[in-house]
Amino acid sequence: MGQTEGNASPLLEVRDLRMHFPVKEGIFLRTGKYNKAVDGVSLHIAPGETLGLVGESGCGKSTLGRCVTRLYNPTGGQILFDGHDITHLKGRELKPLRQDIQMIFQDPMESLNSRHTVGDILSEPFIIHKIGNRKARQKRVLELLEIVGLPARSATRYPFEFSGGQRQRIGIARAIALNPKLIICDEPVSALDVSIQSQIMNLLIDLQKEFNLSYLFIAHDLAVVKHVSDRIAIMYLGKLVEEGPGQTIYEKARHPYTQSLISAIPIPDPRHHLQRQVLVGDVPSPINPPSGCAFHPRCPKVMDECRSNTPRLLPLKEADAEPGQQVSCFLYK
Amino acid sequence: MEATLLRVSNLITEFDTDEGRVRAVDDVSFTIDAGETLGIVGESGCGKSVTALSIMRLLPQPMGHIMGGEVVLNGEDLTRANAARMEQIRGGNIGMVFQEPMTALNPVHTIGRQLTEVLYLHKKTTKQAALREAMEMLDRVGIPSPDLRMWEYPHQLSGGMRQRVVIAMALACRPSLLIADEPTTALDVTIQAQILELIKELQFQMGMAVILITHDLGVIAETSNSVVVMYAGRVAEQGTVYDIFERPRHPYTQGLLASIPRLETEPKSKLPIIPGMVPGLMDLPPGCRFENRCPYRIDACSKRPPRLEKMKGLHGVSCIRWREILIGNA
Repeated sequence: MGQTEGNASPLLEVRDLRMHFPVKEGIFLRTGKYNKAVDGVSLHIAPGETLGLVGESGCGKSTLGRCVTRLYNPTGGQILFDGHDITHLKGRELKPLRQDIQMIFQDPMESLNSRHTVGDILSEPFIIHKIGNRKARQKRVLELLEIVGLPARSATRYPFEFSGGQRQRIGIARAIALNPKLIICDEPVSALDVSIQSQIMNLLIDLQKEFNLSYLFIAHDLAVVKHVSDRIAIMYLGKLVEEGPGQTIYEKARHPYTQSLISAIPIPDPRHHLQRQVLVGDVPSPINPPSGCAFHPRCPKVMDECRSNTPRLLPLKEADAEPGQQVSCFLYK
Repeated sequence: MEATLLRVSNLITEFDTDEGRVRAVDDVSFTIDAGETLGIVGESGCGKSVTALSIMRLLPQPMGHIMGGEVVLNGEDLTRANAARMEQIRGGNIGMVFQEPMTALNPVHTIGRQLTEVLYLHKKTTKQAALREAMEMLDRVGIPSPDLRMWEYPHQLSGGMRQRVVIAMALACRPSLLIADEPTTALDVTIQAQILELIKELQFQMGMAVILITHDLGVIAETSNSVVVMYAGRVAEQGTVYDIFERPRHPYTQGLLASIPRLETEPKSKLPIIPGMVPGLMDLPPGCRFENRCPYRIDACSKRPPRLEKMKGLHGVSCIRWREILIGNA
């Protein structure tokens, strides 16, 4: 809504999304507690835009991605895609959605069927969605391979014959096969070597320009996320703590968590000696999150209020605030 | 001047595989002074971990063999030391920390038992003294209430805490050298910052040298005094951290440094890339191993492997064209 650049209506809008997993306990496996993996997240992505979603392991970023693709059935809230409510679609109703929303995973070895040739893997989406005949499919497979920069002969080979970077290209080819509008990229480069990471990032950026794709780019590496994203959202223990344009998040991060996350990035410059803000302690369990602001036990600027009240994600009100920056912290009221 | 603590010269390590012998480490040499941090950086399969395993003589058996070269620690050649002597050295003179702390800890024994075991083995102390020292070590690596944690099992700790325990074990006998192989790769950034800070602090207090193996150039820049850049089993370039980051001479080092996104890089701009990929160890080219990806390749590169040429001080580069590249004639 209002905050996207220009006046484009969002392709994806997530409102107060919640995904609570029951935790089975005791000998009767009764559900006593819930793992609140995603707990009230709102965000939006415009056509052709990348929203970077950053957080540490267990913060719920992958769960959020899987809710959007509807691999999970959310506990609460709303997901609007292209103006339609997709929150509770079931069975066959989901099929058209699978064409529009695709996913790229971290480990392409695990997400590609090792017994199928690359040609089989890439034609499967067309078979499932009953698109084209055998000839048309073969032609499209070759097109896809060319788009992602793999030789045509790859079609007759098996996933294990490829390197990690090439396998990720196959995963990307599969994701774009049906001309989706939104791709959830879940840590797409974290398993790759440095010199291959930049190849894959360039490919994702090129594809976005060519096909006007929207990305939800989930990663823990802030330098990578900043490079590919228009806006960035920071997640901590199931909630967004800050959101805004990529550059603003880096230069004017307001939330103490975002600030320490940025200061924790190792900088590849031996003369760079920053005053690092090393956070104490670990990320608490989402089953039993701290009271008030979930970050308060690790926060260097904790106040009394933070222990009892839960802050909400609100636009910054300061006079010099950048447009579109939102933060969930009592320091900025 | 500081004394040389460890000297690795012309190390060659090979593995037997189904398809024949492969040379994973080929003619690698470097030295490390007492108290210094040496970073070994490179991509998967470049031989950085095998180099570390060769130093500690922990190569997988029966496949791994050290085929040549010397590993001299305090004047003693470890490639010739017998098994009993190596057991004294590992954990005694050299401490080790690996990437995945869960696999380095025994899941069925308490933290306390695993820590005291190191002390029994190497120091032959009494049970009481070992317990006291173990608790002290846990306290030093920043584990809260060590008296309680002592009796917990590895699965009860978080990833960052487990890595702290592994570091406590590695340092229990005050080694003069710590070898850390991707010690923070499995950890979150904020925890990575904690662990790197901890290693630095302990290094300062105990005066040990550290060999830090990683693929993360940021971690290298932050922690290391000197750097070895490895590519496909060989040293591409080595020097001080300033040589490598400010005066990189090898086209691979240059490409690597250019391709990482930095905070000041224009978002969504095209990153410079190194095209292609690392050759497999089974079909290495006879000449320079980087030639298929190198923008400066000429025919002479394919003839024979380049020698590591010393330039200034410690700075060495394995490229026959570094002078031309330097003056922009390439």
